[in-house]
Amino acid sequence: MSLQHYLIVSSMLFVISMAGIFVNRRNVLVVLMSIELMLLAVNTNLIAFSKYLDDVQGQVFVFFILTVAAAEAAIGLAILVVLFRNKKTLEVKEINELEG
Amino acid sequence: MFGWSELIPALPEILVLSMACVVLMAGLFTDKNKGGFLVFLSAITMVFAIILTVKDHVATAEFSQELLFNDTFIRDGFGDMLKIVVYLLMIGVFFYAKQYLRQQNNMKGEYFALLLFATLGIMVMISGYNFIALYLGLELLALCSYALVAYNRNDIHGNEAAMKYFILGALASGMLLYGMSLIYGAVGTLQINEISQAIAGQDNDMFLIVGLIFVIVGIAFKLGAAPFHMWVPDVYEGAPTATTLFIASAPKIAAFALAVRILGQSLDVLAIHWQSMLATLAIVSIVVGNIFALQQTNLKRLFAYSTISHIGFMLLGLVGGPDGVAAAMFYIIVYTIMAIGGFGMIVLLSSKGFEADKISDFKGLNQRNGWYAFMMLLLVGSMAGFPPLIGFFSKLYVLKAVVDQGFIYLAVIAVIFAVIGAFYYLRIIKVMYFEESDTDQAIDIGFDVKTVLSINALAQLGLLVILPALFSYCIMVTKTL
Repeated sequence: MSLQHYLIVSSMLFVISMAGIFVNRRNVLVVLMSIELMLLAVNTNLIAFSKYLDDVQGQVFVFFILTVAAAEAAIGLAILVVLFRNKKTLEVKEINELEG
Repeated sequence: MFGWSELIPALPEILVLSMACVVLMAGLFTDKNKGGFLVFLSAITMVFAIILTVKDHVATAEFSQELLFNDTFIRDGFGDMLKIVVYLLMIGVFFYAKQYLRQQNNMKGEYFALLLFATLGIMVMISGYNFIALYLGLELLALCSYALVAYNRNDIHGNEAAMKYFILGALASGMLLYGMSLIYGAVGTLQINEISQAIAGQDNDMFLIVGLIFVIVGIAFKLGAAPFHMWVPDVYEGAPTATTLFIASAPKIAAFALAVRILGQSLDVLAIHWQSMLATLAIVSIVVGNIFALQQTNLKRLFAYSTISHIGFMLLGLVGGPDGVAAAMFYIIVYTIMAIGGFGMIVLLSSKGFEADKISDFKGLNQRNGWYAFMMLLLVGSMAGFPPLIGFFSKLYVLKAVVDQGFIYLAVIAVIFAVIGAFYYLRIIKVMYFEESDTDQAIDIGFDVKTVLSINALAQLGLLVILPALFSYCIMVTKTL
């Protein structure tokens, strides 16, 4: 497995997560999952580079991203819960109170 | 090596962090709607932070750099100046927020704790000298902002705005991170100054260019530059006005600092590539912002589109070489002062269960209260860039820097759309002075908020006195970057 393989995997993960955000028109929960996937794509990238360059900074960065991702998921789910309480739905196309 | 003396230049950050915790605890023991003490604590924190920062700035040779914590944190003149502006803005934000939350009967301690944590995030973004530090500051700011937007739990517009803000904000961080990871792969370091040294001479590396594109997209999202501006109007409209006021001010300064640190300091060798990208973003922002603002009837949405066009002007400054960076810095400082004043006026006219966020709510303001109408006139006139208000000079400096660099066509487009933009600002003034008011309800605000608002608006004239000094200071601090 060379560096290229890892980079291809991570770019595929990244593209899948982008598709999950922009193409998906169903459920907000899927969007949150896509956001997590995007951060994992970044982590794969950093780990691969870190190993390839034999430099530890990339791995340290990954730890920080993992922690922040957890905090981000907490906030995201909290907003999701209040939204669901008020709207009783999580359909993306139903979330249109604000024009635009 | 880590030593205790390293903590001294970071004292403002330490102070804000500890006071945020204190305010969080104090909020628990404060009765609902009795937040005066919390506002006092928060504002006094900012005052002490100003003292500490100024002391540091004067004590060390003024424009020298200090690197701390294994070079992940920098204290320099550029950061000091931006931080002082952020503290002053935050004092304004605290008072407006107090007025707004009292009106809405929704005063809770968390609000001020979140604002202080967000301030800390802004400070870390301004002073970060390593991609990890910059990212952590960015996320600290973003997570607090999401919570602040969703503050009114039962307001469906607020929830929806928070959800949109969260999704697009997280997307922006993801893009920025992906770009950072590619840059890391190309140069093997996350340190701003080391990246700059490592890429000298290899300005065509594929990883670097792709990384640069992702980083620019991330920064453009955070700044709200078109075509990455979809979230701006919705979030501005849906969020509680006190939060909109915050989002429109200090975080813009942080995003500007982020752009300067990443693009100007670490990827300076790639300037030839990012200049054209930023120029495109700038022109698209100015065009989109001014055209869409014309048809808005909601003042918060109108200000949102006007923000987009102001951000375009700021980006135009970054295109204009070293003088341009100083002009952009001056522009963003002046813009944030105008922005909190403009939203402050909306807070002022709101009352319980009613947000004065329609242009028609400003009808006949001159009859109701001549002084506030005059304040709004100054703020709106400054946003539109009428001489002799300060907003005119900030536009002038940016345009001068751009023309000096030979991008005359950029300056021409910017001026044409700034003139088109003057229409919607003039409409606000017309509504205030030449239309009959629907209501003669007295405007009831506390003395402190009234003072803050008056200082804020009069600064549009008052800053003229120190204008040359202020601008030459901007030039000096950006020279040492």
